[in-house]
Amino acid sequence: MAETRVLLEFPVEGGNFPAAGEAASKVKKTLQKLGIDSDLTRRVSIATYEAEMNIVIHAEYGKITLQVDAEGIWVRAEDRGKGIPDIDQAMLEGFSTAPERIREMGFGAGMGLPNIKKCADQLEIKTKLNVGTTVDMGFYYPAKSKSEKRTT
Amino acid sequence: MEPRAHSVVMDEEKCKGCTNCIKRCPTEAIRVRGGKAFILTERCIDCGECIRTCENHAKKAVADSLETLQQYKYRVALPAPSLYAQFKSEKPEKILAALSQLGFDEIYEVAYAAELTTCAIQQYIRDYREAHGAEAYPLISSSCPVVTRLIQVRFPSLLPNLIPVDPPYITAAKFFLRQRLPALNLSREQVGVFFITPCPAKITDLNNYGKQLVDGAIPINVLFGKVNQLLFRKGDSPSVRESSGVGIGWARAGGENFAVKSENAMAVDGIQNVVALLEEIEMDKLQDIEYIEAMACPQGCVGGALTVENPFVARVMIRKLATQYGDQILPAKVKALYKELTKEQPRFFIHDQVIPAKPVLKLDGDLTKAITKLNQLEEIVTKLPGIDCGACGSPTCRSLAEDIVQNNAQLTDCIIILREQLEELAQRLLVLAQIRPPAMGWETGRKGEKNDPEGIGRGD
Repeated sequence: MAETRVLLEFPVEGGNFPAAGEAASKVKKTLQKLGIDSDLTRRVSIATYEAEMNIVIHAEYGKITLQVDAEGIWVRAEDRGKGIPDIDQAMLEGFSTAPERIREMGFGAGMGLPNIKKCADQLEIKTKLNVGTTVDMGFYYPAKSKSEKRTT
Repeated sequence: MEPRAHSVVMDEEKCKGCTNCIKRCPTEAIRVRGGKAFILTERCIDCGECIRTCENHAKKAVADSLETLQQYKYRVALPAPSLYAQFKSEKPEKILAALSQLGFDEIYEVAYAAELTTCAIQQYIRDYREAHGAEAYPLISSSCPVVTRLIQVRFPSLLPNLIPVDPPYITAAKFFLRQRLPALNLSREQVGVFFITPCPAKITDLNNYGKQLVDGAIPINVLFGKVNQLLFRKGDSPSVRESSGVGIGWARAGGENFAVKSENAMAVDGIQNVVALLEEIEMDKLQDIEYIEAMACPQGCVGGALTVENPFVARVMIRKLATQYGDQILPAKVKALYKELTKEQPRFFIHDQVIPAKPVLKLDGDLTKAITKLNQLEEIVTKLPGIDCGACGSPTCRSLAEDIVQNNAQLTDCIIILREQLEELAQRLLVLAQIRPPAMGWETGRKGEKNDPEGIGRGD
């Protein structure tokens, strides 16, 4: 039997601030259509937004992939860009390598990855200097709906 | 009043089946089918955008007429403060006097209730700050019933942010029933309480409050003409205005903010602006704001779909009146009354019923089925032209795809796709028409020949 899942891709353009947040917004609308719990939807949307902003701020090009299946919600944010030199440092609140002109716009406060970590149940970051970064985020359904799923 | 799900309804005779309303609806709750618009009631939030948009006046509010007053021995009016902005520079006193002449025995100003509401919101914010510190902000006012419904339908994760203080029109009704009714020596049935409303959403909200607060709602635009006539009459009829500028100011966007005087507040008005701001809040981008006043109508209640005066003009009027009657400090008697009321009944101003989420946007209650439907939806979207013309009767191509998935529409409802299919059919017809039977010669109808490049007529 074919696995029932939703798989959607949303391209993200580096440096395009007017369009920033559109992928996260589409992810949110998709989860609403699927009837996902509203607090979980919010966590996924915030994490996706942060990952999307990271691409817009730091990379040249990237895409967000959303997968929803019976186990959970999986968001991958991958980009072609300069990569993260030190992941541990990037995970610290307030640490940012965003250039001054981007901070002046109110972005790059060094909360992106820490926020993602707070929102996601599972997080994996793969990065290669001057090649790009892939951020994999996993979200599980609230316990109640999970047990319901097992019985059906 | 009978409990009703909604106050916005269709007048089928007037509807010409155009697509203006479906494009403006913030919850995509209207479809045109069979040449007439209809409202998907579970999605409607009573904002009145369709009433504003419809050039044929085919959307209207279910409300009461002045004749309804005759059914009661004693008639009470609860006028919304936005009423004061409808008659150019007439004083509120004169407007209230005109209401008396219309047949109301007593008037309880919603503007006055707004001042009590102001105290209750201030108290709630103070208590919340003590209990939660800097966590889980911003708080969102529930004064506009459309915003509350919008949050239920589209932003349910923000329900805990709503300030559970009843809006002024509810408080005005509760206040009358508690403070004044017992002294009248009349049974409840003999007393008719009427809210004079600027919008349909407040009618719905009063209807669904759980217990009967009012007996009717009369839109401002229904009594406007009669009140206007009475204002031209010479001679004074005495009337008492109890409200100050603090309560009157509530009728404009920003007025509630101004009254509550939170140091870290903001105001937003217009349904699309409210949607955009709630999106930001849901992304945790406004946690540094303490309290948000959100009004669905442009310029606030003065922009209600059932008002008469231009919202911008009315807003200036309200500001002038508010300044004139003192909008800087809450009158001491209001503060004293608030203390007295909450001492007797600590939760008098608090909305005690749970405001539930109404996730009507989901495709299916079962995740597996929802996933299947979403995949179908995405596939249909790729086939549709994406011009969002609305000719199919659904507001956007994406919503048509959703309607198709839910078996409420079909692909050929799209006129572009229908045209494409017709074109294809016409071409086939042409080709077939040009094929000659063998008796008339074989020269056409063979593959590669000019009348049948595809070889359709070959018959193999």
